[in-house]
Amino acid sequence: MSLESEVGVFVGAVLQYFATTVQQAALCGTPHLALNGPPELSDYTGVIRVTGKRSGLVAFTAPRSMLSVMLMRMQETDMSNANLRDLVGEIANTLAGNARRDFGQQFQISVPEAVTGRESRLSYPAAGRPIVIPIEWRNYHARLIVCLR
Amino acid sequence: MESPRHRLLVVDDSNVIRRRIERATEVPEIEFVGAARNGVEALEMHARLQPTLVTMDLTMPEMDGAECVSQLVQRDPQLRILVISALADKLTAIEALERGASGFLCKPFTDRQLNDALRKLIDAA
Repeated sequence: MSLESEVGVFVGAVLQYFATTVQQAALCGTPHLALNGPPELSDYTGVIRVTGKRSGLVAFTAPRSMLSVMLMRMQETDMSNANLRDLVGEIANTLAGNARRDFGQQFQISVPEAVTGRESRLSYPAAGRPIVIPIEWRNYHARLIVCLR
Repeated sequence: MESPRHRLLVVDDSNVIRRRIERATEVPEIEFVGAARNGVEALEMHARLQPTLVTMDLTMPEMDGAECVSQLVQRDPQLRILVISALADKLTAIEALERGASGFLCKPFTDRQLNDALRKLIDAA
């Protein structure tokens, strides 16, 4: 599968996630390679480790304000730190899991981990080149980071 | 006459998803009885709460959903299990059904898709 097709798989998953879960469309900006160091993280980041035929990570990173509004759209009243971490992990899990439709069963994913804070660091696979897919929803900005070997 | 009751146990490692399934379930015959965070908790809660319906995530810590489906069906062959997972490939769905699940719903899902899937499950019971 070409890099362009792989990115397309994740863009499709993002669009479907927002349309289905919060029932408001998101827009994906132009995907780009993170060439000048690791991609910036937002307040909360959900990380899925990928093993099998491909290895690396899929991460979804978003500001607290965006995640809080998403929870509200899901009729959730608990905006605690624990629930925001849970949501960001579940989004990463769903986007990575949906990619198995195109990548096949050899694309094995971990349970989600969540990290908090913009200063956090993810451990990327050696020689991996993270692809950043900007996501705009309402007036909020999030990113999907895909780094697979 | 009182309508038949189906007792629902929700199994998912995400609190957001557990609470959403509980909130969104609008099938009148279904009564929510509990929620478990992994397969080990699900087995314990099954013994204690005697659910007749289960929604089951697949990717979970401690014991994953596929193994839990097998163990639950062995204990209780009448149990109806709806697997709700982000693992969207056909082989995963087929494997879940082969282990004894009665249905498969892919994440992300709308409230309507959830209720339609639960309705199918109890209509088939």
